[in-house]
Amino acid sequence: MSAPRTWRPKPFIENPKLRWSITIGTMLYMLLALGSVEVNWMRVYEGLDRGLKFVAAFAQPNFTGRWTDISEGLAESLVMTVVSTVIGIIVSIPIALGASRNLAPLPIYLFCRSIITISRTFQEVIIAILFVAIFGFGPFAGVLTISFATIGFLAKLLAEAIENIDPSQAEAVRSTGSRWWQWLNYGIQPQVMPRLIGLSLYRLDINFRESAVVGLVGAGGIGATLNTAFDRYEFDTAAAILILIIGIVMFAEYSSSAIRKRVQ
Amino acid sequence: MPVEMNSQEKIWKHRDRKTQLTHWALWFFGTALFVWCWQLVSEKTEWFFVLDAPAIAADIGSRMVPPRWEYIDKLWVPLWDTLNIATLGTLLALVLAVPVAFLAARNTSPSPVLLRPFALLIIVSSRSINSLIWSLLLVSILGPGVLAGIIAIALRSIGFVAKLLYEAIEEIDENQVEAIKATGASRSQVIAYGIVPQILPTFVGVSVFRWDINIRESTVLGLVGAGGIGLQLQASLNILAWPQVTLILLMIFLTVLFSEWFSAKARHAII
Repeated sequence: MSAPRTWRPKPFIENPKLRWSITIGTMLYMLLALGSVEVNWMRVYEGLDRGLKFVAAFAQPNFTGRWTDISEGLAESLVMTVVSTVIGIIVSIPIALGASRNLAPLPIYLFCRSIITISRTFQEVIIAILFVAIFGFGPFAGVLTISFATIGFLAKLLAEAIENIDPSQAEAVRSTGSRWWQWLNYGIQPQVMPRLIGLSLYRLDINFRESAVVGLVGAGGIGATLNTAFDRYEFDTAAAILILIIGIVMFAEYSSSAIRKRVQ
Repeated sequence: MPVEMNSQEKIWKHRDRKTQLTHWALWFFGTALFVWCWQLVSEKTEWFFVLDAPAIAADIGSRMVPPRWEYIDKLWVPLWDTLNIATLGTLLALVLAVPVAFLAARNTSPSPVLLRPFALLIIVSSRSINSLIWSLLLVSILGPGVLAGIIAIALRSIGFVAKLLYEAIEEIDENQVEAIKATGASRSQVIAYGIVPQILPTFVGVSVFRWDINIRESTVLGLVGAGGIGLQLQASLNILAWPQVTLILLMIFLTVLFSEWFSAKARHAII
């Protein structure tokens, strides 16, 4: 009689050598990485108290104490969101056209692609720091930052949409003897318009989240108010601001997905 | 096809009158909103500074080159920290996101009425607050350092991972789950053999994708004191050491390129 056989699930990685080297490598990395994390437990212990206070503050957010600061900051963030999204979209469209291999000649294609890459690599906040240094403090630097960040997202995805269009429709428009602009307007634009609207709405609510952050480095919006609240350990005010941000983001997300469903 | 009659002649129109009016009204209100908002921004802007911007940009640009290469010796440790913040933060997020995803998915949630909205609330709050704001909060609780960064990245990523994961759970093939159930498997066995194999590719893909995003995010957490290369950036900016700033930006650029290359490789290898 042979020994009773039991079923074992197939291992995730078939090759045993590779499996073991990945496992050991991961464990080694974890040891090294965890070792590099220095924790001052006394500080953490003191901090936990503050953490509890912060959690408790969510039960009693203080909207009234600094209401003028909060409302001005939020209004500024919303205004920045609108302006920067519009500017971002307007600038993204030509760049997206240039970054589509089926429309643009190679030099233009490479130029537009490199703009997209730079915009996507650097965090908004880094760009915001540079723009604040160049354009001075205030919402204008923030608007430029978020517009710039919008390009990397919108132009990239729009260019992909343009590259994936049905060429026969564009060909049909061209065969009527249309000029280049007409070709763009009737052959390509109708095919990517739903996608453009969807992406723009999606970017609108991302941009609101970003506009809450650029204030941390002086580029306007609610971020500055939030920063002060944390610096002064005014957790009830901070909780109020966070609740407002979450509320607005939720509202923006639901309404934008509702509109997107209607459009697409 | 909307056609208009104009003195016995049919004229083709792009849209019918009603849609045309709606489009016009939408454009009108959109433009008005933009102009109004622009005015508000413009009021708060010192245009004097903005006009000066090209000169200032040129000045900063000339100060930024050449990068100060000797400074690189001070960057290796912060870079290693940045990498650790992103990786450990992602791992922590994965551990926390899996139960949230199972609670949030309509077909696996133990109580769709009570626990599902709670899980969805966790997902939304985690996603709506930027990792910089999370680390601002954590630095004031835990003190400055890598730990605050790791937890900030984790808290920020939970929502993203859990959202994509619970959508994948809702789209699974129920027949396979049914088949496992028919063998008399327990609840945990159903999850392990019926659901997990179906969502594993999504899970791995999402993890790698999020890790790639987190590398970018962790480069700036130091600006609010949460460790990593951002600390060096902040320090260099404070003393206006532009050649160092250039070098740091260059290193960030290379790190992000590396993470993009690595995650593309990893996704190819696994999926």
